[in-house]
Amino acid sequence: MAQKLHITTSPHVHCGDTIERNMRTVIWALVPAFIASVIVFGAGAVIVTATSVASCLFFEWFITRFLLKRPSTLGDGSAIITGILLAFNLPSNIPLYMIVMGALVAIGIGKMAFGGLGNNPFNPALVGRVFLLISFPARMTSWPVPHQMMAYSDAVTGATPLNLIGQIAGGNTAAVDQLPGLKDLFLGNIGGCLGEVSAVALLIGLVILLWRKVITWHIPVTILVTVAVLTGIMWLINPVLYVNPLYHLCAGGLMLGAIFMATDYVTSPMTAQGMVWYGIGIGFLTVIIRYFGSYPEGMSFAILIMNAVVPLINNWCKPKRFGEAVK
Amino acid sequence: MNTFKIGGVHPEPNKLTADRKIETLALPKQAVFPLSQHIGAPAVPCVQKGDMVRVGTRIAEPGGFMSASIHSSVSGKVAKIDSVIDASGVRKPAIFIDVEGDEWEPSIDRSDKLILQSTKTREEIIECIKNAGIVGMGGACFPTHVKLCPPKECTIDTLIINAVECEPYLTADHRLMLEHPDEIIIGVKIILKVLGIDRAVIGVEANKPDAISLLQSKTSMVSGIEVMPLQMKYPQGGEKQLIEAVTGRQVPPPPALPANVGCVVQNVGTVFAIYEAVMKNKPLFERIVTVTGKGLKNPCNLKVRMGTPVSQLIEYAGGMPEDTGKLISGGPMMGRPLLDDTAPVVKGTSVLLMIPEADAIRREERNCIRCAKCVQACPMGLEPYLLATASESADWECAEENWIMSCIECGCCQSTCPSRRPLLDWVRLAKNRVGGIIRARNAKK
Amino acid sequence: MSFILTAVLVLGLTGLVLGLVLYAVSRKFKVEEDPRVGQIAELLPGANCGGCGFPGCAAFAEACVKSESMDGLKCSVCKSEVMQQIAAITGHAVEVGVEKVAVVRCAGSCANRPATRVYDGAKSCAAAALMNGGATGCFFGCLGCGDCVKACKFDAIRMDAETGLPVVDQDKCTACGACAKACPRNIIELRNKNKLDRRVYVSCVNKDKGPVAKKACAVACIGCGKCVKACPFEAITLENNLAYIDFEKCRLCRKCVDECPQHTILAVNFPPKKVVPPAEPKEQEPAQAPAEQPKQAEQAVNVEQPVKEEQK
Repeated sequence: MAQKLHITTSPHVHCGDTIERNMRTVIWALVPAFIASVIVFGAGAVIVTATSVASCLFFEWFITRFLLKRPSTLGDGSAIITGILLAFNLPSNIPLYMIVMGALVAIGIGKMAFGGLGNNPFNPALVGRVFLLISFPARMTSWPVPHQMMAYSDAVTGATPLNLIGQIAGGNTAAVDQLPGLKDLFLGNIGGCLGEVSAVALLIGLVILLWRKVITWHIPVTILVTVAVLTGIMWLINPVLYVNPLYHLCAGGLMLGAIFMATDYVTSPMTAQGMVWYGIGIGFLTVIIRYFGSYPEGMSFAILIMNAVVPLINNWCKPKRFGEAVK
Repeated sequence: MNTFKIGGVHPEPNKLTADRKIETLALPKQAVFPLSQHIGAPAVPCVQKGDMVRVGTRIAEPGGFMSASIHSSVSGKVAKIDSVIDASGVRKPAIFIDVEGDEWEPSIDRSDKLILQSTKTREEIIECIKNAGIVGMGGACFPTHVKLCPPKECTIDTLIINAVECEPYLTADHRLMLEHPDEIIIGVKIILKVLGIDRAVIGVEANKPDAISLLQSKTSMVSGIEVMPLQMKYPQGGEKQLIEAVTGRQVPPPPALPANVGCVVQNVGTVFAIYEAVMKNKPLFERIVTVTGKGLKNPCNLKVRMGTPVSQLIEYAGGMPEDTGKLISGGPMMGRPLLDDTAPVVKGTSVLLMIPEADAIRREERNCIRCAKCVQACPMGLEPYLLATASESADWECAEENWIMSCIECGCCQSTCPSRRPLLDWVRLAKNRVGGIIRARNAKK
Repeated sequence: MSFILTAVLVLGLTGLVLGLVLYAVSRKFKVEEDPRVGQIAELLPGANCGGCGFPGCAAFAEACVKSESMDGLKCSVCKSEVMQQIAAITGHAVEVGVEKVAVVRCAGSCANRPATRVYDGAKSCAAAALMNGGATGCFFGCLGCGDCVKACKFDAIRMDAETGLPVVDQDKCTACGACAKACPRNIIELRNKNKLDRRVYVSCVNKDKGPVAKKACAVACIGCGKCVKACPFEAITLENNLAYIDFEKCRLCRKCVDECPQHTILAVNFPPKKVVPPAEPKEQEPAQAPAEQPKQAEQAVNVEQPVKEEQK
């Protein structure tokens, strides 16, 4: 025999999947949303995304190599995704130093403090984003109006659809006239954070993820359906104060969160039943915060709260065992 | 198309030898018969060094109730009773016979004539199967005469013939169905008579349309035997998954058996062996073995006498490729790696698979990224990531609570894990330990 | 100023009240415990290694106080003086046990026992032992995945990267038995430490016939029985092609070491044998160790074990 035989036991073949392949597919699925953000926000989008990705990569490399003294994990692609998703949760006129701070918190506290990929209980991009939101509420809640292609920090800001929805619910029903049409909401000709504006681009990303079997339908569909049902009920109760559920689906960070943030492998439940309860919880909390909380957008908090509940969900929601019913 | 509901994966079928007719391999120079070729107590030799035997002579008797006899597949002289390393990876006692000529026991009917009817009674058939040393030929090697006498509390209503062959590369059962369909149908009728029932379903995976249509045309005139095409999915050929696909019933967790849901499952190779034993008085001493693998010059399906060293089959197939990294007795998902090519063909050897070094090597193991692909893949509804972690920390209680004894070791979980974690290695360790704890607990009662 | 006074008074009073409450509660709900249990627990190492057979040092302390005598109660991690102190507290006599040490009875290093196959599965000896005989020709020897290292709570055993075998640090080893239990092939045994930490043992557990064992490993025991004949104290038995030295009977004379054709029997912590010219009378080997004698197990083994590779 030319070489030694392996005596390791079955299975002897593998489907070929790797962590990198899954991360690469997620990055490809985020490309349509990135293109949309550049079309809508111009230079600002490029600057913010580039800074965020570079900072996340740097901090992960530095912490892994010098503080934890382990081989670099940049190759697995998760730091790039955290960078992109953090950028997608920021307005396009945010100062560079805030992006860097957000990246440091996202990677350093949200991920590496727990031991790196696979060990963190909270979505790192959201940890960074919420840190920035609480530390710099003014800069984090002023969004440039769309189509200021060369503007960055000097962009003109204005109310986003979600701001307007909140105002309408608060009693300022005249704001309905300022609300962009559903077509604009769907395509992305609106203000908001970088990655959340274009529903169609995000949905293309969802199709890519489902087709390549990176995620299953349970979490995104459950979140969107829950939000649609709850806002639909409120709209039916009082259509003047509470807008059409379709507006809610396309406005704010709901699509981005439902498709890319809540479906993060490490922080989401492990069983189909658990994913459904997780999605219902996120949808419910998002609607509550949107309508009854003082922040216009509730998605980030909703996801972080449900991330904390995931270990309980994993304990309670076990898969259907073969032969269980007969037992 | 029917299939099982939970989990499953779709490996590359790689049925390289599906169109290769069965060829007969030449006799070996020395045949080696391990005494433990079946589930249960090893057989006890009834020959000694120097005895002359013929083809079909019994050389070992059952070692207990759950055991089977072993017959010589060659004629010659018993050289020694020594030990050999078989697919289990450890040295086991075996009978070595130096081959001289090819003299068969006179009682064996060697003609090609198809015998349609048997006058034997049910008890006589069972005795005949027992004396022929027939065990499950799908790989599990359960003594057939025990399986065909299910516990009295169980009411059997369906016989299921496992012709699924869901593992990639395997084609032995496929060729058997194409080349000996009549014998198989007669064998099914024999088993129906033994069980005293009138319904049999032959489950075949949809990737064998020629076998399905051939068997369907043969069974169209026979009442009670039905051919059911099943969706291609691994592990469709697993006993529990097959029962669910055919009847919709789920077998409860161990210690329950298929008999508890009214089913008896037999591999189609076992059915053929039953025909030969009952109708031709031929004990079990030869079987079809697929020799296959990418890079093999001449992958083939061979009719092989038991005891032939595996090296002879590999030589016939063109020799072991230079870059072979693993020699496997069995399929790529559940087969056992052979330590070298001196192992003999035994009753459970359905395929010899050679995998190149590049595919055999295990990639570096990473952290669990909690993607839940293993949970989605598991056909028994378990959580392999959790069971593996429990096993690594020796938390046997957690493993038992999470149904680890239901694991059928199919390998779906490990083959989908993007982090390349050795899930099944850990689960097997935990099953061993938890099984011991359960046995000790039951013994105390 | 008055608000500082108010703050101090309020907090001070609160502290006092809560302190009184805590005191009352601690008196009312006090668990009556024999104070000796606490005294004994103080003396114990507190590693909760389980070597005594009890779940933790506290449980062992309780058992000492509750039981009628000290039979069967031994903490192998403690030195014998500590056990005497514990005995004094309980009022029972304790037998001074012999100090033991974990001994790895396999010398099948990468050089002596070449790997003929590759194992790249889960890094666990227990898992590997279940699957098959292993990556070498010896189906009894060390698998090298380090279950023993994982089991040790005292950092007394480590894997040598060059040889692929575990190495016991005899100074840190407390003979708790965790590594011996963890080894699926029962290669590690707790043997008497003897004076000056010397010991003689057969560094092999291979039960295969001689030729098979020798083919697999250069220093395997082939079951020839020469050591059995050489031992003047009948300390060596031969069973299943494997010699075994009973450490209770062994007097460390080392006659077996010279007889063994495979150099399987190792003598640890002995000074190197002097080459004695035949004319002069034989010098008595000094019982006390001179200061320069190497104490570490590793060094002694290297000195005493003439590994095949050194012999040209």
